[in-house]
Amino acid sequence: MSNSTGFNDNERDENKMKTAQTTPTSLSSVASARTLSQPGTALLGTGLETRSVHAWFGKKHVLSDVTLDFAAGTVTALIGPSGCGKSTFIRTLNRMHEFIPTAAMAGEVLLDGKDIYAPGTDVTKIRLRVGMVFQKPNPFPSMTIGENVLSGLKLAQIKKSNTDELLESCLTRAGLWNEVKDRLGEHGGSLSGGQQQRLCIARSLAVEPQVLLMDEPCSALDPGSTFRIEETIAELAKSMTIVIVTHNMQQAARVSDYTAFFLSDGGPGEMIEAAPTSRIFSSPQDKRTEDYVTGRFG
Amino acid sequence: MATELKERPAPPSPREITTKPRRSDQIFRIIVTIGGMASLVILGLIALFLSIKGVHILTEEKFGFITGSAWEVTNDENGTIIDTKFGIGAMLLGTMLAALIAISVGVPVAVLSALYLTFYANGRLKTFLISVIDLMAAFPSLLFGFWGFFVFMSSAEYWAKLINKYLGFIPLFDVPTPIFERSPFIAGLVLAIMIIPIVTSISREIFDQTPLDRVQAAYALGATKLAMIKAVVIPYGRGGIVGGAMLGLGRAMGETVAVYTVLNIVYQVNWQILFGAGGNIASLILLKFGEAGPYEVDALMAAGLVLFLLTLLVNATADVLINRFGGKGR
Amino acid sequence: MSTVIPTPKKPWQPTALDKLEDFLLVVAAFGVAGASVKFTGLDGKIGFFFSLFFSLLLLNYGFHYYKRGTAAAKDSLLQVFTVMAIVITCIPIASIVGTVVIKGYKGIHWGILTNDMALNSVNDPVAQGGLGHALVGTIIMVGLALIISFPIGVLTALYLTEIRGPLARPIRFLVQAMSGVPSIVAGLFILSSLVYPVTQQLSGLMGSLALTILMIPTIARTAEEMLLLIPNELREAGVALGGTQWRTVAGVVLPAAKSGLVTAIILGIARIIGETAPLLLVSGGGDALNVNPTQGAMGSLPYYIWKSFLTGGTPEAFARAWGGMLVLLSFIFILFGLARYLSGRKVA
Repeated sequence: MSNSTGFNDNERDENKMKTAQTTPTSLSSVASARTLSQPGTALLGTGLETRSVHAWFGKKHVLSDVTLDFAAGTVTALIGPSGCGKSTFIRTLNRMHEFIPTAAMAGEVLLDGKDIYAPGTDVTKIRLRVGMVFQKPNPFPSMTIGENVLSGLKLAQIKKSNTDELLESCLTRAGLWNEVKDRLGEHGGSLSGGQQQRLCIARSLAVEPQVLLMDEPCSALDPGSTFRIEETIAELAKSMTIVIVTHNMQQAARVSDYTAFFLSDGGPGEMIEAAPTSRIFSSPQDKRTEDYVTGRFG
Repeated sequence: MATELKERPAPPSPREITTKPRRSDQIFRIIVTIGGMASLVILGLIALFLSIKGVHILTEEKFGFITGSAWEVTNDENGTIIDTKFGIGAMLLGTMLAALIAISVGVPVAVLSALYLTFYANGRLKTFLISVIDLMAAFPSLLFGFWGFFVFMSSAEYWAKLINKYLGFIPLFDVPTPIFERSPFIAGLVLAIMIIPIVTSISREIFDQTPLDRVQAAYALGATKLAMIKAVVIPYGRGGIVGGAMLGLGRAMGETVAVYTVLNIVYQVNWQILFGAGGNIASLILLKFGEAGPYEVDALMAAGLVLFLLTLLVNATADVLINRFGGKGR
Repeated sequence: MSTVIPTPKKPWQPTALDKLEDFLLVVAAFGVAGASVKFTGLDGKIGFFFSLFFSLLLLNYGFHYYKRGTAAAKDSLLQVFTVMAIVITCIPIASIVGTVVIKGYKGIHWGILTNDMALNSVNDPVAQGGLGHALVGTIIMVGLALIISFPIGVLTALYLTEIRGPLARPIRFLVQAMSGVPSIVAGLFILSSLVYPVTQQLSGLMGSLALTILMIPTIARTAEEMLLLIPNELREAGVALGGTQWRTVAGVVLPAAKSGLVTAIILGIARIIGETAPLLLVSGGGDALNVNPTQGAMGSLPYYIWKSFLTGGTPEAFARAWGGMLVLLSFIFILFGLARYLSGRKVA
């Protein structure tokens, strides 16, 4: 009973559920409580699309045939058990995959319609438009808090005249301004884990990316910090496209508009199913998805 | 239904676990510890014996030993010594001068080479270059001296003349008479070539240890390789690189035969590095040793003691830097 | 639904066009350098080298600035600098090895390893005399030094890796400090502690004792590195079987580290085989074959080379010196090759 317009589906058909578990219900109700943001404005571009992306490490085929679109202004969660290629996939989106010497790939990743792997592309410019926040917070210890936030500008040699304004705005959007506004000159090491991660988020915002990739950003943090960061994600989604890898299904249900489920059966990881979040948790189409979201494995 | 939290009892204190080692293990530990103490003993003995032989010279000349720049033994017709004047000042200056030239030329080249090997080279080329550079570190210093004297001298002399021609207005590069052969400058260049392999090796090891997550963070922000190196690699490795440079300094300060072969050993204070005269403490010892009487030998021992303590200090500082700051962030 | 698996590609590798661009930049730089040498006052190797360097910098900067902007342009400069540095590092190596081979070739002859210099002077034609005495002397002195340094070095390494007592940090520090002792100071020490007070004569044994001081740190450090490579699981297995520590070390750890210890020996030998200064002070440097280390002056390869160079002055003498250097360098190459080969094999 899905809407033919696809993406504005708010259905909550509990009768269609194949199990009586309470978890999927609460997840799906949480998920459907999110309002989807409006797609595509000029600032956001037209989003990110992938076409038949494969990845290898040497001879080992680790990711197979992922075709997935990330509409502008949306939050997409990538879920699945460990080792199924989610992190590898997200690293193909900002060309970080190629840092591993044995890495190879196939397929296309289109940013605003242009393949980022096309020959002659300036990869540093791509990474300015597609930012990344890592699992373990990694502020630069040799720089102060203020310098850390603006480090992206320095690294890419971007000249800006009103850096103080930018500094404040990035820290505010990351939810960290009030806590550090009086100590911008201190070194990043004095912050807690959650604060450091928000600092990293602020840092990636400074270069004004269209897309923000987050690779399990909260898995090293306590629940309080996790909650704050999820609030941040909701705010950020209004002005950029977000892709988040997470092991935590409840988190996926809380923050994302769409969810893609990845799985590997010993071979290369594949994307099994992608749908609006509420539908993935309430009425998954594939049995493997259903087994995962109901907690039968993973 | 509210449950009351029980009072948690205080946890027990940890048990003390003791092991009585077996006899054979006790002996083993003693033997190994004695063996391990060997370096302490040897270093102590070196300091001791050099002092025993040389200390009376030091008490006689006092501070003049370090600062004085005359080294004379005056004998009468019978060969007994009337007067002596021992001051290593000129040679101390020569030691520092040659060593400083060595690190100002050698360290930048070595650090850049290490950057190349860590961040630009890969595969077979990288392995080959690393082997070649490690091999060079094993070349005998005599070989560098020979090569410096027979092969390198003419080119280096030419460069010295050029520097003198265009920069001669700076006193450092001026010369009293146009003799450019066998100068501290050339000796310094040969020493630079000698220390490049060591400093490159250490720098490479430090660069290799740069934490990957920071490197990735920089790249993810759109950094070029240069930007990443400036923002992450250099701040991380700064302390260790300085330590490596100091190791090179220590090596250059103590070098004997290479300097002896290349440099024209003249006992005078010469800080005009392009002029062909100079020396360092080690080569002084070698030079004077052949014909030194017992009294003069004691003075050479004192000189050796000064050199020993100096290089010990430099190496100790290098050590602290490499181990403490080679791995930390700031 | 299974589809045909596409071929893995690496689209980030430099394309043929990129490589061509780089090549053309280098060619252009050579051209500019050549032209500037011809038409301006710069001359000689150094003039060419400098103008090559600057034209590489300028051309790279300009080209990449045009293509990708400031950041990429500055980045290309770093690449030029680092490549230049490695070239500067490699040129002396090539020159040194080349010189030794070319000049040394004239200084050796078939009898060189068996004759000695007892009846000849360094200025005699090269075909007379030889370095047999020097070779034997080096072997004896290095051998004696090894016999003393190896146990001490290994015991030190064992203290640092197996016992790890409270003195570990000071001992590690002292080993590093000891490796920085200038070789001439080692010679002076032997003089002041043994030659003058005790034996009153120079001999091969004195030489090897001086060499020991220089050898111990190398063996200790290398042995420590190699012992650290042995996985802890092996030690735990030994102890879990009821072994005492010493049996575990002697029976499990040391045999497993066999090739590593041999590497330590080889590197230690390579370190001291070319040492000249201490031998000049304490070994006497004889010209005749002398196999008794406790009695009389003993020659060695470095001393032979030094004597030929310093007391000679004729082309024959210099040729002799280079010949000796060729023999010495060949030994070092062989030692290094052995060490490489050994570390290529897996640790047990």
